[in-house]
Formats: sequence, C-alpha cells, structure tokens
Amino acid sequence: MKYLDEFSDPDLARRLVEEIRATVTRPWAMMEVCGGQTHSIIRHGIDQLLPDEIEMIHGPGCPVCVTPLEIIDKAMEIASRPDVTFCSFGDMLRVPGSDKDLFRIKSAGGDVRVVYSPLDALKLARENPDRQVVFFGIGFETTAPPNAMTVYQAQKLGIDNFSLLVSHVRVPPAIEAIMQSPTCRVQGFLAAGHVCSVMGTEEYPALAEAFKVPIVVTGFEPLDILEGIRLTVHQLEKGEHRVENAYQRAVPAEGNPAAKAMLADVFEVTDRSWRGIGMIPQSGWRLSERYREYDAEHRFDVADITTQESTVCRSGEVLQGLIKPHDCSAFGTLCTPRNPLGATMVSSEGACAAYYLYRRLDAPAKREVSSVG
Amino acid sequence: MCLAVPGRVLDIREQDETLMATVDFGGVLKDVCLQYVPDIEVGDYTIVHVGFALQRLDEESAQQTLANFRAMGELELEFGDAWGRAAAEAGMPRPAGTTNGEEKST
Repeated sequence: MKYLDEFSDPDLARRLVEEIRATVTRPWAMMEVCGGQTHSIIRHGIDQLLPDEIEMIHGPGCPVCVTPLEIIDKAMEIASRPDVTFCSFGDMLRVPGSDKDLFRIKSAGGDVRVVYSPLDALKLARENPDRQVVFFGIGFETTAPPNAMTVYQAQKLGIDNFSLLVSHVRVPPAIEAIMQSPTCRVQGFLAAGHVCSVMGTEEYPALAEAFKVPIVVTGFEPLDILEGIRLTVHQLEKGEHRVENAYQRAVPAEGNPAAKAMLADVFEVTDRSWRGIGMIPQSGWRLSERYREYDAEHRFDVADITTQESTVCRSGEVLQGLIKPHDCSAFGTLCTPRNPLGATMVSSEGACAAYYLYRRLDAPAKREVSSVG
Repeated sequence: MCLAVPGRVLDIREQDETLMATVDFGGVLKDVCLQYVPDIEVGDYTIVHVGFALQRLDEESAQQTLANFRAMGELELEFGDAWGRAAAEAGMPRPAGTTNGEEKST
C-alpha cells in the first residue's frame, strides 16, 4: 500500500508499472544518471515496484560525490586563509577532505559562508573589497551556467577580489566512460532532466548510436521516472536505441541557448578527475583564458596539492554502478552520514545516503504490484 | 544541488544591467537572475537552480514538483538552515557566528 499511494496519481503509477511488467520479457539493467533521480527512486520505492527483471543502477550524477578529494583539499587550504571569505552551497559543508571539512574550518573560526546563489558570493566581494571572496564552483551542466554568469559579471563590474574554485563536470563523457568500461552492465540510460534543460538533447544521439543504448531524458517526479523506465524498456524489448524526451515540459531539444553561449564564453572543455572514478577525458570545464584571472587555484597557488583516497570506501564502485551501497562492508557500520568515509554517504543526493536514509540496509525485497493495489 | 526547483515570478527588475526577479518557491521568496530566460513574465513559473532561472514550466507541473520536492526534503536542503543541519549531522555545536538567518542575508 505504502508506495503507490504516495504517488501524485496512484492510478497512473499503477498503470505504468503494469505496462512495464507486461512489456518485460527478460532482464534489463538501466542507469539513472542523476543523484536527484536516485533519491526519488529510493524515496518512493520505485525500484521495489518494478518487475524483478529490471535493475536500476545508480549513476555518478551527484555533483558533491564526484568532486575529487584533491579539489576538496584545495578548498580547505584556501578556506583556512585569514584573508579569505570562502563561499559554498550548503551541501559541501561536511564533504570530507583528507583531514577536515568546511564545517570544522568554520567551527575553528574560519570565514566560511553558505550562499544560495553564486551571485550572493559576488555581492559579498563587492561589499568587502579588503577580503578575497572565493566561490566553490562544483556541479554539472545545470550549475555551470550560473557560475559562468557570475564570473562574467565580476569582470564586467571590475570586481577583482572574487574568484572561482572550479570543478565542473559534464555528463556525456561520463556516459561514454561508463559504456566503455569492460565491466559495464548498463543497457539503457535515464538522462538527467535538468542537465538537459540547459544543454538540450543534441549531445546524446551520437552516444545512443555508438553504444547501441537507449537514452531517455527523464524528470524527477516519481511518475516521470516510471515513464522514463517504461520508454526505455519498450526500446530495449524492440532492440532500439534512440534518444527520447520524456521531460518535454522542461527540456526543449535545443536546451537553453543563452546559457550555452555563456558557458562557451567563460569556460573551455578540459579533462577532469571524478572522485572514485578517475580521469575522464574532456569531461569537465575550466575557466577560459579570458577569465583565467578569476581561477582560485592560480590565485592561491594550490595547484600542486595531491591526496590519497581511503582504501576502505568503495564509493567509486557505487558511482560506476558496479556495486550497490549495501555491498560495501563499511556501509551503515564504519560509514554513516554522521561519520562518512566517502562523499556518496555525506551528500544527500549520494546513493549511499539515500539507501541509509530510507533504511535500505540490506538488499531490497521486491514488492508485488497486486499486493499494493 | 543539481535539482532545480520550480517557482513563480512575482516581479521583474533590472539591477547592474542584469534582469532579476523575486521568485516564490511555495512561500520562500528569493532573488533570481532571469538572464537565461529573458522573455519570462510576471506570474510565469520557471525552473530555478542556485538563483538562476533556466526554463519556463507550466503551473501544474511546477506545483506537482514542488509537492514532491517538499516530501523528499529537497526544499529544506535548498532553502533551509544548512549550518544547523550540518551541526546535527556532525553531532557538534553550531559554529560561532552562524544563525539560521545568516546565509539568507548574504
């Protein structure tokens, strides 16, 4: 009873689940790329409503989780400086660096601020010309355009005590890396809706063709996710591999041209390391030459910091869909939201945190649709 | 933080040659930059991420998404007391100089 009744339209949810059940003839594994979708799937028990043949693999789409330890440590180094006001979104406060986090730096008297928007950080810089104000610019294609606009504004307004610590990443190269892995089990993708709100769908047909894999742009509502799964299953059963848009109300094919133009002006594509996964070619952005003076890594001379990851934490395998959170021996014991070993547990959008929050401490038991009607 | 939240545009103004708006997220009001959706109008719903409107959205979808995000605790994550939450998670006191309102004033 619990799960289906929580949907905004339980009857539609039931029909979607029943159609998926009627369509499936053999096992399929599909990956939702976005951490927000992972959260929604676990929160609403979607994985347990699906037929046994369908396995949802949780992808690397949590921006906090994939930010490399090296960048976190650079953030700690910069945030500890007495002349710096370090600004971040709230979900970075407890992401563990090698030996501290932003919360502990603040508790020790450091000037760390939580902001809602990067423009708030720019405002702080304008109001405090004697301080160096640094904004922690992490995230995917959804977050990069706001940060790009903020750097553009800083230059336009002549605010030179502002800089950006950049660790932006791009989804399509990550999909490519996942599909190229010899251990890859993914047969279909639910593409991240809000990433596509910005970037549109034009990057995906080549991936769908190259790897013969369906890619369905999907939103975050439980019904959106069920619809994305339904469309993916239909393609898989028919042997098709197209790009479909199940989130048209928020994703035009061309995305947001103004945001894409700003991205192209302020950033340039570069290789990036993903926490737990490693280097993915052309998978990130850095500030372009014209805006390089706003790069905090150069301004604060932290380019040479290198770090060593925990040997116990298996978040990298979780991020690549190779294991589920409860397959890690540290999950829920050594590693909890209160004492996280890795970022997939500390971030609310991380797969480990979602499993812990919704008490998926063991392998999930499937639920029969007939028993919940 | 990759989840953009729908909200309703209450007013539109220009500030430092930048299009800005006050947007209502189910009772929480925020300043939002409209530069990426310059044709949006007062009363429209838009998807907003970290203070930037990214796409227009219809009202029904916006209300459903807001209700879902509220149930999932996403609105609290986006607009709530980040220091208080971090302190509770860490089992440590709230850092000196932080209040529930500090971040909102910046």
